[in-house]
Amino acid sequence: MRDAYVIGAGMTKFGELWSNSIRDMFVEAALKAIDDAGVDHIDSMYVGAMSSGLFVQQEHLGALMADYLGVVPMPATHVESACASGGVSFRQAFLEVASGASDIVLAGGVEKMTDGADVTDALATAADQEYEVYHGITFPGLYAIMARAHMQEFGTTREQLAAVAVKNHRNGSKNPNAQFRSEVTLEQVIRSTMVADPLRLLDCSPVSDGAAAVIVASEAVAKKLGKQRIRVAASAQASDTLALHSRKSLTTLNAVVAAAQKAYKMAGKKPSDIQIAEVHDCFTIAEVIVSEDLGFFEKGKGGEAAANGLTSLETGKIRVNTSGGLKSKGHPVGATGIAQIIELYEQLNGKAGARQVENARIGLAENMGGTGASCVIHILEAL
Amino acid sequence: MITARYAREIPQRYRLEASRCAQCATVSFPPRLVCPTCKGRTFSTITLQNEGKLLSYTVVRVGSDKFSKETPFAVGIIELKDGIRITTQIADANLEKLAHGQTVRLVFRKIQEDGKAGILCYGYKAIVV
Ligand SMILES: [Zn+2]
Repeated sequence: MRDAYVIGAGMTKFGELWSNSIRDMFVEAALKAIDDAGVDHIDSMYVGAMSSGLFVQQEHLGALMADYLGVVPMPATHVESACASGGVSFRQAFLEVASGASDIVLAGGVEKMTDGADVTDALATAADQEYEVYHGITFPGLYAIMARAHMQEFGTTREQLAAVAVKNHRNGSKNPNAQFRSEVTLEQVIRSTMVADPLRLLDCSPVSDGAAAVIVASEAVAKKLGKQRIRVAASAQASDTLALHSRKSLTTLNAVVAAAQKAYKMAGKKPSDIQIAEVHDCFTIAEVIVSEDLGFFEKGKGGEAAANGLTSLETGKIRVNTSGGLKSKGHPVGATGIAQIIELYEQLNGKAGARQVENARIGLAENMGGTGASCVIHILEAL
Repeated sequence: MITARYAREIPQRYRLEASRCAQCATVSFPPRLVCPTCKGRTFSTITLQNEGKLLSYTVVRVGSDKFSKETPFAVGIIELKDGIRITTQIADANLEKLAHGQTVRLVFRKIQEDGKAGILCYGYKAIVV
């Protein structure tokens, strides 16, 4: 495989974008990425989206977006891996460039969630319809089951979970593209409306609209454009049982562990080399568990680490979710994995504004689907 | 739920039918065509024991549209005596008194009503014993 570089990025603001259609959001993000990269064409593109069929009764997004981006007859493919659709879209673009099949590929992601669909029901299609959802469980409910198991097994506290939300809102308040640019207090999180015990409203990422896109290019193209800077050092993906109950442990995400092992090996890095990480905090407990399974903290210590500021922008030994994460930046499902890459791209280019981590050179993005049945991890390195 | 889809799951939902691998004895619920342990492809049908214990749970306060009139209700992951784990509602429970490790038994109950015609869908729920 040959080297691949991220040479451009663009996204819409995340939020309730009632006046924007799914196609317009995607095209806006794609055009920004193309302009940022300074390329005069692309060879192919991927569109990550979880469930446009349920959210807006529209499938066949590859062709739709190619059409409205004005690039037909270029190949365009819709990829789906639930909430990891964006990360998998990026991986497809990476593989296409790394394999030598193409030189310039657009990786995008989009979701339009506020057009009136039953969002809880649509999101639940990422779980096992026959043996989980049939019984009335929701996504917050499944993560709540994990949270309670983590509390039981390791003594993780309600306050430690809340610390994740407080941190991510503080980071998101510095991100102009974030859905929520407001800080929250520990008290507010702990007293917010109960959704699925022990998880409350402010433990949950919001319902969002938005799109994000990046341009992946070969070394030769990157060099020619003077953009040979952000290299994709690793791309790894893993799967696990779809149903949470089929796993031996409710507190370890094996797909995250497996993908992380592969990613570290491919990049020649270890967890302590990672300076910034965008992780899939669809719920506060997810960030806690993932920060352990990525090897940043010992198993069971993720909550304590967050509460002690070990993941914060200000005092962290590893800065987690500098963008505000899904929690504060918003979680337009299919766009999330790409937006994570964009945060790394901005940080590694020194262009993250008020959120900038000094001398950031190595970043990791962890994007997962469902209760962790899909996980895709990328490591980006600034040269 | 479309009738055919509902009907083909009756052996699991009504009778807790599972498959036991002829090669390594791993039990799968629902039955699978490939054993997740040894990749074996030959199975016999067994019926799961209906007793188990509660591993973890939640109380759903915000449900999908279909379950919105039922909230709050408890859902947990149960480990049955055969070692099989399932997700199911915990019926008739005092929501404040649920606890890890509680012994539960599966009973036959209505699970949901489907579609505008309100077709009744049945299956198992756990009760604390
Ligand atoms: Zn077997």
